Parts: sequence; structure tokens; C-alpha cells
Amino acid sequence: MHDAAAAVSNFINLDTGAILYLFAVGFVGGLVSGFIGSGGAFVMTPAMMSMGVPGLVAVASNMCHKFPKALIGSIKRAKYGQVDVKLGLIIGVSAEAGVLWGAGVQEKIKAAYGDAGSNLYVSVAFVVILAIVGSFVLLDAIKTHRSGKTDEEETVPKLAKWVQSINIPGTMVYFKAINARISVLFTIPLGFATGVLAATIAVGGFIGVPSMIYVMGVPSLMASATELVIAFVMGLGGSFKYAMHGLVDIRLSMIILCGSLFGIQLGAIGTTYVKPFMIKLVMGLIMVIVLFSRAFMIPVYMSQLGLIEKLADPTAKLFKNVSFGIMAFALILGAFIVLKAMWQGKQAEKLAYAKGLLNG
Amino acid sequence: MGGSHAPKSKPYIKALFFGLLSIGLYAGLLVNQDLINSTFGKGGMNAALPIATAFVFSFVHGTFTGDFWTCMGVEAARKKGGK
Repeated sequence: MHDAAAAVSNFINLDTGAILYLFAVGFVGGLVSGFIGSGGAFVMTPAMMSMGVPGLVAVASNMCHKFPKALIGSIKRAKYGQVDVKLGLIIGVSAEAGVLWGAGVQEKIKAAYGDAGSNLYVSVAFVVILAIVGSFVLLDAIKTHRSGKTDEEETVPKLAKWVQSINIPGTMVYFKAINARISVLFTIPLGFATGVLAATIAVGGFIGVPSMIYVMGVPSLMASATELVIAFVMGLGGSFKYAMHGLVDIRLSMIILCGSLFGIQLGAIGTTYVKPFMIKLVMGLIMVIVLFSRAFMIPVYMSQLGLIEKLADPTAKLFKNVSFGIMAFALILGAFIVLKAMWQGKQAEKLAYAKGLLNG
Repeated sequence: MGGSHAPKSKPYIKALFFGLLSIGLYAGLLVNQDLINSTFGKGGMNAALPIATAFVFSFVHGTFTGDFWTCMGVEAARKKGGK
């Protein structure tokens, strides 16, 4: 029935199974994004590609679901007083520049080394960045948990104190998230790096959120909420760029959006029930697990480039399946932790309310 | 997860309205997918079409999903901004 459209535009036919699959992936991704500000989208592109969607169409359609999702998520979390719109917009604009630069680097690598070279670059970037940042975030969350100080206000990290103490006239901007002024000469590189990462591994928040927390001193809840504003700005610009080339399959974007808007509302509500270190815990866990997912793909791409002995087809297929499985597991684990924490928070709230009634 | 101690009235009518509107939008998208794909896929200034579609869907479906969870009793903790 839809062969004509599929043939001329590389847009696949959709059956009920595919629609339900995209809805479910969207829901889980949205749930995680609503909670940690990003991180739910990275599984969408491979999920779509596994259905036969061409790579660029998958990337474009993923981005076109991301910006409306981030918009709704940021509005929801703004209602809880967790968003610093000014900070989000300033970092978002510099992130947009980073996206353009990062996409240019990608194109050059692809032109020089082909698809396998480009994929290898992406996977190595994934593994190196997630190993460094992810383990740092995860260890910090574990340290906070073990210290028993999870109920206390988050302290401003030393680096952030230093950044906040630097006064460069003409560049200082007040941000309510930290109740202090910071030079935009610090925020611009952070935003740029967020954008480069978004263009490379599709999840800028893995740099954006930790840099807001550890370099600027933004509290975890506000950092993850403000990241949604950054994702909106980046996603809007990126989607328009892809749409100019006719690469957005709006059906895929809107079906994923259908599930992810249910999820992002729930994830945003979840943030009001948890202690701040939970944001770091979920983010760190996902980052560390996902790095193993990408690590499994490195030998596959190296083999395609002839850098190592060629892998047998069944072995390469096994690596690809294991990689996708680990990625899906990371997301599902994240979603499970969010729901569990939310449930426990709700029960604690009910108990406190009942005690309050008993005590008059 | 119920907000049993929240006596606020729930937005059932609003959720129903936006839910039906959302179903209508998705039905329209899937029924006319050939026409939509060929028009949106042309690129150039037609890029505005998928962007506008995303905004419309996010407003309608976003309003519905927000009200949906409220009607289901899933609401934010009373002490805002976490613990």
C-alpha cells in the first residue's frame, strides 16, 4: 500500500508491530530522559535501524522526536521550579554551534574512512568519554550514598567554587540555578562540548549534565532539568537541518513521541520523589553500562576497516546483538530504578501523611 | 500511586478532549502517510512542515499525557524539588 512512498523516499512501511515497538521504546526512553534530562534517545537510532530504517533517516527522525519531548519535559519540570531557562538557552546556543562543528568532523571522517571509520570514531568516543565521565558520576553517587548524607544539601564542588570565583568583566552572567555569576567564557566551551557530543553519540547530556554539576555547581535536579532546555534548542536546530534534506520520517518521530511523552511526564514527576544523588546514580549507571555496549562494536568496525583480522559473520552478528541488548538493558534498568524510587517516595509520603494525621 | 489525600478535582473532561484530539491527529497522520511522506520528504522550505507537526503533536499529546497521569493519581510530591 505504501510502496510508492517507501521507494521514492527511503521511508519504510509501518505495521502494527513496528508501531507498538516504537511506542514502547519511546516510553522507556522518555521516562529516563524526564528523570536525568537526557540519555533516553541513544537507543532510538539503533532501534529504528534494526527495523530497516536507513541510518541518516533514523538519526533525523530521532532528533525530530527529541526536541518536542524536551520541550514538554522542561515545561513540566519548570513547574517544579527545577529549570534555569537562561542557563539552558545560553548553553543551548553554544551547543548548537558544537553540533554543527561535530557534524562537520563526522562528515570529514566519513569521507576519508567510510561508514566503518565513522562508526569506529563514534564508538571510541562513546567508550572513552563514558568511561571517564560515567565512572566519575557513578562513584560520586555511590560515595554520597555510603556517606549517609543523602538528605543533606549538595555541596558545591571545588572546581565549581573556583569557576564561580573568577570575575572576567563584561562576560559575567547571573544564573539562578547557582545563585551566582559565572563568566560565559566558561559556559560557552561547556555548551560547545555538549553539542559536539550530541552530534557524535546523540546524547549531549552525558557531558552537559555533569559539567553543569561539577564545573558550574548547579544542583543535580536543576542540571538535569535545564539539560532539557539545551536538548530542545539543539534538537530544534538539528531537526530543521535534517528536514531541509527531506530526511525526517515524521511518522517514526511522532510514534516515538507518543510513547515518550507518557514517559517524560512520569520521569519528571519522579524527580520530585527522589534524593538528588539518585539523578547521578541513574545517569552514571546508564553511562557505564552503555560504554560496554559500544565496546562490543569496536572489533566489528576494526575488522571492517581491516585493522584486525576479519571477524566471521556469525561472530560480528553476535557482537552487534550483544551490543544492542546491553544498551536496551541499560535503559530498562534506568527506568526500573526511576519507577522504584518513585514508588518508595510515594509510600514514604503516604506514611508521613498518616503519621501527621495521627499526631493531630 | 494515588494522590488519595489530594482533594483536588481531576481534569477528566480535559484529558478526554485532548486524548480524542490526539487520537485524531495520529489517525490523520497514519491514514495520510503516503501524502505526508512525499510532501515532507521534499526538503527545502517544506522542512517547516515536520517542525510544525512536532509542535502541534507535542502540545496536544503533551497536554493529554500530563492530564492522563493526573487522572491516574500520579502526581508530584507535595514537597517540591525533591527531598
